[in-house]
Amino acid sequence: MTDFEKLQQIAKELRKEIITMVYNAQSGHPGGSLSAIDILTVLYFGGILRYDPKNPDWEDRDRFILSKGHASPALYSVLAHAGYFPKDELLTYRKTKGFAPDGYSRLQGHPAWQHNKHGAPGVEASTGSLGQGLSIAIGQALSLKLWGKDSRVYVMLGDGEVQEGMVWEAAMFAGHHKIDNLCAILDNNNLQIDGDVRDIVNIHPIKKKFEAFGWNVIEIDGHNYKQIYDAFIQAKETKGKPTIIVAHTIKGKGVSFMENNFKWHGVAPSKEEYEKALIELS
Amino acid sequence: MTVIDVKNAPKKAIRDTYGEVLVELGKIDPDMVVLDADLSESTRTHKFHLAYPERFFNAGIAEQNMIGIAAGFAYTGRTVYVSSFAIFLSGRAWEIIRQQIAYNKLNVKLVASHGGVSVGQDGASHQMNEDISLMRSLPNMNVIVPADSIEMEKVMKKVHSIKEPFYIRMSREKFPVIMPSDYEFEVGKGFILKEGSDVSVIACGVMVSIALQTAYELEEEGISVEVINMASIKPIDRELIIQTANKTGAVVTSEEHSIIGGLSSAVAEVLSEEGCNAILVRHGVEDRFALSGPALEVMEQLGLSVEGLKSKIKQALGKKCQK
Repeated sequence: MTDFEKLQQIAKELRKEIITMVYNAQSGHPGGSLSAIDILTVLYFGGILRYDPKNPDWEDRDRFILSKGHASPALYSVLAHAGYFPKDELLTYRKTKGFAPDGYSRLQGHPAWQHNKHGAPGVEASTGSLGQGLSIAIGQALSLKLWGKDSRVYVMLGDGEVQEGMVWEAAMFAGHHKIDNLCAILDNNNLQIDGDVRDIVNIHPIKKKFEAFGWNVIEIDGHNYKQIYDAFIQAKETKGKPTIIVAHTIKGKGVSFMENNFKWHGVAPSKEEYEKALIELS
Repeated sequence: MTVIDVKNAPKKAIRDTYGEVLVELGKIDPDMVVLDADLSESTRTHKFHLAYPERFFNAGIAEQNMIGIAAGFAYTGRTVYVSSFAIFLSGRAWEIIRQQIAYNKLNVKLVASHGGVSVGQDGASHQMNEDISLMRSLPNMNVIVPADSIEMEKVMKKVHSIKEPFYIRMSREKFPVIMPSDYEFEVGKGFILKEGSDVSVIACGVMVSIALQTAYELEEEGISVEVINMASIKPIDRELIIQTANKTGAVVTSEEHSIIGGLSSAVAEVLSEEGCNAILVRHGVEDRFALSGPALEVMEQLGLSVEGLKSKIKQALGKKCQK
């Protein structure tokens, strides 16, 4: 049995780091990072993802791709906490100077692959342009299968992101090929830059859409640790189909004035707001 | 230099060689995979599909997803070949190529067939005259346009082991095989097929054999034309361009591509940056869309022919004299 309380403590810590990174850079995407962080915490620290921070190229590792790359503060805080790089480095997020071999930052605004000149260890694909992560995950999953490995590939998409047509090309392909070492997670926080996903171009009923494409769909509360954990286990046990976990989340979760407000998609907090957020998270 | 009998040279489509060499490479490299988007018979990747079905993936009519999947394979360390028509591969999927393959310098070989107007009867929708331009502007991307099937084989065997992104462009039609069999391809190197002193023609792809034929015919009119095959468009052979421009003082670029952004622009960049004292005339698809028709007729219509090139060469000589 996983200690969910402990995981919640970790997530609290990571939320503070996310807010600090965005405040420090005075740029970035706090809303979608906060909606995703509970899921990432369970994935990385709840015994789901197989990885070794001391050996980021370990060939038997599982992979995680953050297709909604703007939530990079969430990914970076997780990777630092896992030990891929020191937590001090988080302050180089969106800065010019940092810890790449040439002295520039490895924590680009949107994640760069770990073997990119300016990528961070633990980042499995460059993302940021929405809609590409699922296809990349398919390529990795097929490649690993072809080599006879039992590694799994996880990929997180945003709900606004699935408006991209490429996602449905990929969904059709994965369903057709029954790629069962692939697990997608939809961070369904209902908001995109210009407003409510349901007002801009409605993606729902999303469960029926993925089911029609041949996927196993699990719907959960994306802030409920037991539900997140159980969904990952169920996904792992599902054979002959790819799985998507549709996680209902709250954009800005954990910071009252950011919650459910699309204005916090890509805005940094002021000093006052930053301090208020830290108090709420303590 | 040996005179090449262009008119009587055997003809072969470059894509046929592509299909054959893919199978050869697949035998020596068990980690290599090939992807196509429902055009595997036209691109000739179906030969690899037949030989190694487990390492061939058909994305269906979905080029964006195909490039994403290709990137996924490459992220895990495989050598990946991806094919479709040039228009769909480089056009439809350009942004994914940029974000994944170019940005991360992935080991993906984008091998496009049906480049240029020699697609012929499919018409403007399928004639890709902007791909060299699109691909050349991407950081980390190498761009190669082989002149014939001998060169295609050499190119493939050379670049297979270079773990970088390549865009390799092929035309659909059968064209004369003119490269010497002992020719060795080098990335970033051009090749002088015929020496001359009045004007230099720098060509790529199917225009190389046309340039050679043109040069031989002009010889009879007393015009000495140097012919260079510039298969490697990025990186480009700066030294050779400078050398030939300084020698003849007149350069004509010839390509089955728009005169904007392709070989002509790459050559113009070198000529102007190096301050070469030479006239440049661009021979290619003028800033326009072409029409349907048999390949050679479409090319003829656009002036992508011996006669068309002759007039460009004479234009260049005229400008040179005026200086």
